[in-house]
Amino acid sequence: MEDKIRSLRMEHISKRFPGVLASDDISISVGEGEVLALVGENGAGKTTLMNILMGLYQPDEGRILINDEEVRFRGPEDAFRAGLGMVHQTYMLVPNMTVTENIALGYKAAWKPFRLDMKAVRDRVVEISSRYGLAVNPDAYIWQLSVGEQQKVELVKTLCLGARFLILDEPTSALTPQEVDELIVLLHKMTEELSIIFISHKLQEVKALSNKVTILRHGKVVFSGNTDDYSSQEIAAKMTGHEIILPKNSGSPSDGPVALSIKDLVVMSDRKTVALDHLSLDVRAGEIIGLAGVSGNGQRELAEAINGLRRTESGSISFFGKEISNSTPHGIIEAGMGYIPEERNVEGIVPSFSIRENLILKDSDSPQFSKGVFLDSRKIESTASSLVERFDVRCPGTATAAGSLSGGNIQKVILAREIERRPKFLIAVYPTRGLDMGAVEFIHQKLLAIRDSGIGILLISEELDEIMDLSDRIAVIYKGSIQRVLSKLEATRERLGILMAGVREES
Amino acid sequence: MTKGFRLAFRAVVVLLAILATLLMASVILWMIGADVAATFYTICFEPLTRMLHISEVLIRAIPLCIIAIGISVAYRSGIINIGAEGQMAMGILAFTGAALAFPDVPRPLLLPLALLASMIGGGVWGFIPGILKARLNVSELLSTVMLNYIAAQFYSLCLRTIYLDPAEQVDGTGTPQSMRLTENVWLGRITGRLHFGILIALVLAVLIFILMWKTSIGFKMRASGSCARAARYGGISVGFYVAASMIISGAFAGLAGGVELAGVHRRAIEGITNNYGFSGVVVALFGGLHPFGIIPASFFFGLMIYGSTLAPSKVGVPANIVQVMQGIIIIVIVTAQMVLSNAYLQDRIWRKYQALRKKEA
Amino acid sequence: MLDIITNMLSMCIPFSVALLLASIGEMFNQRAGVFNLGCEGVMAMGAFIGMLIPFMAGGGGAVSEWYNLLGFVAAAVLGALFGLFFGLVTVTFRAPQGIAGIGLQMFGVGTAGTLFRHFVGGTQSIPGIPDIDIPVLSRIPVIGDIFFSHNAAAYLAYLFIPVAWYILFRTPWGLKVRAAGTSPRAADSMGINVSRVRYEALMLGGALAGLAGAYLSIAQAKMFSDTLISGRGFIAVALVYFGHWHPAQIMGGALLFTLAQTFQTIVQSMGISFPYELAVMLPYILVIVVLSFTSRNQITAPTSLGKPFNREIRT
Repeated sequence: MEDKIRSLRMEHISKRFPGVLASDDISISVGEGEVLALVGENGAGKTTLMNILMGLYQPDEGRILINDEEVRFRGPEDAFRAGLGMVHQTYMLVPNMTVTENIALGYKAAWKPFRLDMKAVRDRVVEISSRYGLAVNPDAYIWQLSVGEQQKVELVKTLCLGARFLILDEPTSALTPQEVDELIVLLHKMTEELSIIFISHKLQEVKALSNKVTILRHGKVVFSGNTDDYSSQEIAAKMTGHEIILPKNSGSPSDGPVALSIKDLVVMSDRKTVALDHLSLDVRAGEIIGLAGVSGNGQRELAEAINGLRRTESGSISFFGKEISNSTPHGIIEAGMGYIPEERNVEGIVPSFSIRENLILKDSDSPQFSKGVFLDSRKIESTASSLVERFDVRCPGTATAAGSLSGGNIQKVILAREIERRPKFLIAVYPTRGLDMGAVEFIHQKLLAIRDSGIGILLISEELDEIMDLSDRIAVIYKGSIQRVLSKLEATRERLGILMAGVREES
Repeated sequence: MTKGFRLAFRAVVVLLAILATLLMASVILWMIGADVAATFYTICFEPLTRMLHISEVLIRAIPLCIIAIGISVAYRSGIINIGAEGQMAMGILAFTGAALAFPDVPRPLLLPLALLASMIGGGVWGFIPGILKARLNVSELLSTVMLNYIAAQFYSLCLRTIYLDPAEQVDGTGTPQSMRLTENVWLGRITGRLHFGILIALVLAVLIFILMWKTSIGFKMRASGSCARAARYGGISVGFYVAASMIISGAFAGLAGGVELAGVHRRAIEGITNNYGFSGVVVALFGGLHPFGIIPASFFFGLMIYGSTLAPSKVGVPANIVQVMQGIIIIVIVTAQMVLSNAYLQDRIWRKYQALRKKEA
Repeated sequence: MLDIITNMLSMCIPFSVALLLASIGEMFNQRAGVFNLGCEGVMAMGAFIGMLIPFMAGGGGAVSEWYNLLGFVAAAVLGALFGLFFGLVTVTFRAPQGIAGIGLQMFGVGTAGTLFRHFVGGTQSIPGIPDIDIPVLSRIPVIGDIFFSHNAAAYLAYLFIPVAWYILFRTPWGLKVRAAGTSPRAADSMGINVSRVRYEALMLGGALAGLAGAYLSIAQAKMFSDTLISGRGFIAVALVYFGHWHPAQIMGGALLFTLAQTFQTIVQSMGISFPYELAVMLPYILVIVVLSFTSRNQITAPTSLGKPFNREIRT
C-alpha cells in the first residue's frame, strides 16, 4: 500500500473559459479522514474545480499540494497515480462494455504488451467489491444496469484503480431517498480509510456526511467552515448570496375537465425493450401533476410519445377527447400541446439560429409571422423584442445565436415560445436541471402562473423538492408504469422514495 | 476582446489558410518538377488576359454556379450532396430524350420543356438518396457516390444504344454519342461560345436566396439542417424537407446538364459532366453556402478549371492538378471554419496577446 | 457451367483482398470514432506508389520480388501519413469528418493522377506477383482452385482477419480504440488520450488502405489507371456498416461484393449478350440496397462515430 494522503490542498486556483472566470483564486484543503462538502449553485464552478484536481483541465494559475508537496497533473493518469479517484456526475462508463472491461480501461497492471489480462482485472473487481460490500456483477454490460448499480460500478472502478482519496460529484442526484441513505452509510464507513470531497447542493446530505464545508459562488470561495457549526438555513443563505424562497403551489385541487388521458400506453425504448408498460395517467386542466421517479424509468419515452416523437405500440393518448397517439408532432402542436423538452440545447432550440428565429420555430408559417410563404421579418422582430423583455432574457439582441446563451436564458427563450403560443396543456421535462436559483425561481413562478390560468401541466423532474413544491398531485413512475398517484397532502419524501424504488403499497 | 482583435484573428486565419493551400499544392508541383510560380500564373491569371479566355471561364462557371447553388440548398438542409455528377448526367439524358422525342415542337415550347425534363431527370436522381436518408437513415455520402457510378454506366449505356447517332451506326466509327440535337433546344449565344445560361444561373441565385432566407419553407429547411432534433421537436417534418432539398439539389444539377447541352455541346457526348458535380461541392463551400457567395466562387473555380486545361501545354503540368487543389481547398476551408469558430482558441490567443502587451508596458 | 462458377469463385478470394483490407482499416477508424471517407483517395495513392516502385526498378520488365515488397511497404507508409494528415484535420482541428473525407478523396485521387502522368505517362504494366499453389491442397479439384492457388499477399490478407479481431478485442490498444469511439469522455476520464488513440487508429487504417491500393496495382491489375479504384474505397466504407464493425462479418461482406464484381468479368469474358454497363453497376446497386437494410437502428455502431471530442466543451 502506498502512502496515505494526509492532506490535500488546492491553492489560488484560477481557470478561465471564454466569457467566464470558472475558478477565481480558489483555495481548499482536506485533511486525513475528512469529508469536505463543496457546495454551491449550478454553475458556481464546483465541477470545474474538481476536473482541475483530476488533471482533466489545466489551471491558468495556482497549485495543488499533496502531503505538502506540490504536484502537477497533466492528465487523469497522473491523478490516479497520486491516489485520487473521481466519480463524475454523469457516469463515465462505456455502455457496450462489461463492468470488467470498463475497469480494465484504467487498470494498467493488466496491460500486457500484446494481451489484456482480463482475469487479473476480474479478480481485482471481485476483491474490491467484497472488501467494501459493493455488490457488482463483473460480467454484466453497463447498459443492462440501473443507475444505482452503475454508481456502484463507478465506486468499485475508482477503488480498483487504487484511489486513496475520493471525489464524488453530486453522487445522489439520480438516487431514491433510500439509496441516498445507504450511500451515506457506506461513505461514512469508507472515511476510516480515505478522505472524500463531496460536491452537492442538497443541504441535508451535506449536514449528514461532511466535516467541513466550502461554498462556491460564481467561481469564488465565499465561505469555509466546520459543518457542525452552521445550520442548513445558514449554509443555504451563503450559497445563494441572498434569501431565495421558491414559490409553492398553494392552490386548491383542480376540478377542471380531464385534459390529457393516457390509457394502457405501451412504448418501446431505443434498445427495443419495453419502456412504457401499460401506463395510465389522467391530468386535469388547471393542475400540475408531478411525475416522480428515478431517471431512466420511462420519463423520456412518455414525453416523446405524447408529443408524437416516438411511436406507440398500443394504448391510447387522448387530448381533450381527441386521440393523438401516433399523430405527427406538428398535428399535436397544432392541437395545443406545449412542450419543454429534456435537452434544451438540442431539442428545445436550434443553437445556431438567432433568438428571434427560435421564438418562431413552431410558427414560421402561421399568419401571425408570415404572408403566404413569405416571412414577415418586421413582425417577427417586434414580437421577439417584446418577449425577450417580458421573459427577461439577458442577451445582446434578438439576432444573437441562441446557442451562445447560458442555460437559464435558453430555458427562458423556450418558455417564452411555449407560453406565448397559448397552449392548452404543457409538458415540462426537467425544466430547471442545471439552472441557478434565480432562474429556477423565475421558471417556477411562470409554471404556477400557467397553472392558475387553467392550463394543465405534466411536470417531469428528478428533484423531489421541485415536484413537492409545485404539484397538485404526484404520480410515481417505475419501470414504465405508474406506481401510484398521491395527492399533495399524502406525499412525503419517504413515501415517494419507497414508491420510486418499486415497492408497491398495499392499498 | 476588442473588435479589432477579432478582425485581426479572422484575417490571420484566412491568410494562413491561403498559405497552407498554396504550400500543399506547391509540394505536389515541386514533386513533378514544375515551375511553381508559372503554374499558378497559368492557372489563375493567364485565363484573364484575353477576352476569349474569359468567355471560356464563364462557360465553365455557369454549370458550376447552378450545381453549387443546388448543393448549398441541400447542405443547409443537413444533407451533403456528392451526387451532382450523376444527377447532371441524368439531366443530360432526360434533356436529350425530350429533344430527340419531339424534334418538331417549336422552340418557345421545346426549350423550356427539355430544360424541365433535365430538372426532372436530376431531381429523381437526387430524390433517391434524399428519401433513403429521410426514411432509412442511409448515409447520403455513400449513396450519392454509388449513384454517380450507376449514372455514369447508365449514361454510356444510353449513348451506346438508344441514343446512338444513326450516322455513327452507318459510318461504324462507334463513337458513343447522340445525333446533333434540334435547333429548337439550343440556347442562344452572347459572344463566342458564351450562352444565355449565365442569366439562368444568376436568376436562380436570386430565387434561392429568397427561398432560403425569406420564406417559411427555407426557414424550415435551414432549421432541419442546423439541428434536426430541435426541428423535429418543433413540429417540422425534417424528413420531408431533407428529401425536398435533395430534389431541388438534384434538379439544379440536372438543369446544369441541360443548360450545358443546350448552350455548349448541343449533342450528348461522353465527358460533358467534366467533374462539375464534385467541383460544385468545393464551389458551394467556398461560396459560404450562400447564393451570392457562390456566384463569385463559381467564377474563380471556372478560372481554375479552364486554367488547368492550359497547364499541360504551357507548363507541362497535368490537368489533374485542379482536382488536387480542389481537394486541398475543401480540407482547408472546413479546417479554417473550425478554427474561426473556436472560441477557446481565440480566447487563449487574446490572453497571450494581452500578457505580451502588459510585459512590454 | 461448373467451369464458370468455379472460375467466378476462384476469382473471389484474390479480388476481394483490396476491399477487405481497406474495410478492416476503415473499421479501426470508425471503432475509434472517426469516419474516413477519404479511403478512396488513400487507396489511389497506395496503388500509384505501389506500382511506381517496381515500374521504376524494372522499366516495365521483370523485377526482383523485393521491389514489389518495397512497393507494398511504401504504400503502407504513405497511407499511414495520409491517416496522420486526416487526424490533424479531424482530430486536432475537429473539422467535420464527412466533408473533410471528400476533400481527402479528391486530394488523393488527384495527386495520384497528377504524379502518374508525370512519372509513368500512359498505360504501363508491371509483372506483378505470382500465384502460389499450396502443395497438395491446391490439387484438390474445384476447392483447390477456389482456395489454394492465389498470390502470397492474398493469403496474408486473410490471415490478418483473425489478427485484426485479436487486436480489437483482446489487446489493451483495442480496448482503448473501442472506448474512444463509444464514450470518449469516459475514456478520457480514465486517463486515455483519446486524440492519440484516434490518430493511431487513423494511421493503421490509412496504412491498410494504402496496402489495399497497392494490392490492386501490384497483384491484381498489374498496372495503374485513374479508374483503378473506381469506388472501392467508398464500398469499403459501406462494408463496415454492413459488417457491423466486426472483422468476420466484414470479410463476409467483402466476399459478397466481390462476387457481384466478378459477375462483370464473367459477362465480359464469356461474351454473354448482357449489357456490360449493367453488370458493372451491380456492386454499386448492391451497396445502396445493403445500406438501406442496415442503416436503421444500428445499436452496435460506435456511438461517438463522427463526433469530434473536446474535453473542455461539455455537452
